[in-house]
Amino acid sequence: MTTLTRHATDGWVVAKRNLIKIVRVPEILVFVLISPIMFVLLFAYVFGGAIDPGDGVNYREFLIGGIFAQTVVFGATFTGAGLAEDMQKGIIDRFRSLPMSRSAVLVGRTTSDIVYNVLSLIIMALTGLLVGWRMREGVVDALAGFLLLLLFAYAISWIMAWVGLLVPSVEVINNASFIVIFPLTFVSNAFVPLDTLPGVVRTFAEWNPVSTVTQASRELFGNTGGRPPQSDAWAMQHPAVYTVIWVAIILVVFVPLSVRQYRIASSR
Amino acid sequence: MTDMIRATGLVKTYKDVEALSGLDLTVPEGTVMGLLGPNGAGKTTAVRILATLLKATSGTAEVAGIDVAKDPDGVRARIGLSGQYAAVDEHLTGFENLQMVGRLYGMPKAAASQRARDLLERFGLDDAGDRPSKTYSGGMRRRLDLAGALVAEPPVLILDEPTTGLDVRSRQQMWGVIRDLVASGSTLLLTTQYLEEADLLADDIVVIDHGRAIARGTADELKSQTGGERIEIVLTDGRQRDAASRILARVAIGEVQTGDNERELTAAVDGGVPQLRAVLDELDAQRIDVLDVGLRRPTLDDVFLSLTGRAAETAPDDTSTDEGTEVPA
Repeated sequence: MTTLTRHATDGWVVAKRNLIKIVRVPEILVFVLISPIMFVLLFAYVFGGAIDPGDGVNYREFLIGGIFAQTVVFGATFTGAGLAEDMQKGIIDRFRSLPMSRSAVLVGRTTSDIVYNVLSLIIMALTGLLVGWRMREGVVDALAGFLLLLLFAYAISWIMAWVGLLVPSVEVINNASFIVIFPLTFVSNAFVPLDTLPGVVRTFAEWNPVSTVTQASRELFGNTGGRPPQSDAWAMQHPAVYTVIWVAIILVVFVPLSVRQYRIASSR
Repeated sequence: MTDMIRATGLVKTYKDVEALSGLDLTVPEGTVMGLLGPNGAGKTTAVRILATLLKATSGTAEVAGIDVAKDPDGVRARIGLSGQYAAVDEHLTGFENLQMVGRLYGMPKAAASQRARDLLERFGLDDAGDRPSKTYSGGMRRRLDLAGALVAEPPVLILDEPTTGLDVRSRQQMWGVIRDLVASGSTLLLTTQYLEEADLLADDIVVIDHGRAIARGTADELKSQTGGERIEIVLTDGRQRDAASRILARVAIGEVQTGDNERELTAAVDGGVPQLRAVLDELDAQRIDVLDVGLRRPTLDDVFLSLTGRAAETAPDDTSTDEGTEVPA
């Protein structure tokens, strides 16, 4: 077997192991899927009346792109928590004592977590359709929107993989990621229009990749009411390109960093 | 006979704590080495270095003739590791666990499946093989974990405290399994805190304390180092302890030990039954009532006591970071 197929096979064996857990412990999936539904309903019916995206854009249409972005970013916590749990239980020790590819555990975990994100995107899209969200730019653009969201989520997964190996405690991961991800998703255009934000906060939000992935998916789903982004920042003018640049930077930095951390990982 | 494990001057330092302070270890092919010591002695650190999970601060180690630092993948292909707590995925069935390990050793799917079935049968897990391992008892999980170490039929097996936390029955079952492995000629490194376990399973024993070997030899050699038999006496009345102790001191090799219970006394002797009779006569003459008396072969507990001046079980858990508290299986 060549090295590359060995990497792929090992990664797939580990991914399959993670996927079996989804089937065996469906409760996890239920909770993963309920929170995005809650967010859609909460923002559509509770905050929706108070926030006006302007120019006659429907808030529920505006909202869904933001919820998508927020949910897939939060979903990355799963990657970190999964690896931390494997560390705690000594399963990483077993893997590390096997003559398998050093990246397989991480590739397998980040790959199987894509499945969670695909499922939650489907559920959110269906909920969105029920509350009045529509995809107005055709199938190809819509698929491109979903693809961009998944790509962004995949990159964030690698950051959380590194954190999960660094801080091998599920509780710490959950709390730590909340502290980082919460401001990242809320200081953005995910739930409110950018022009309502004050000075520095606004600049941060304009260059926040969560804003650009949100903006890009709104454009690809045709939820902007045909108006240009409410910002002159280059990032907001080219949201898809800017997002992909972030994805590339994150992967270039965190894939080697995570694999290195895996090599030296010590469960205790 | 070639050495399957050879470690020289292994040192592992965590910040300012030395978990290993220059450990030497040799395990000839086809033999069982018992690494015996209390919690925190450095056993797990040594195992983790040999299994390529940890890099030594200094010193060298070879497993199956391969340097663990230079070619860790080569070592991994030749060892089977079963850790201190059962590293099985609780959501996978026993079969899926073993098949996965086989695949990760690079076995084709059909071969990995066949091997998994064979091992389940061999370890008495065939009935439970298709249940998630979450439903297994502690003993069953340990057996599954051990089976995982055997998937690729590695020439060297490393078992880190294979029976810690198991009940008596599961422990005896595990001993049976390990004895079968030994009989089939595997080279085995076994760590344990149970003196009885090392005595029962190992050809050679290295007693380790505070990161270094403090004694080595066969169980019999270690026992003879610390005198022959032990006279054990339980008094009816604890107030007569000092008087009884003086009588025992006349025949004892070394000091007379007082047990946890104030009425228990133990002394190493080499005179056998006649000496025991003489002691009993003298006790009788001084009207010291004896509740129970016995002459027994020394256990490895006695060995540890005489080597370190303290009992193995009550050894303080030092601050080394590698050996935490027992994790329930």
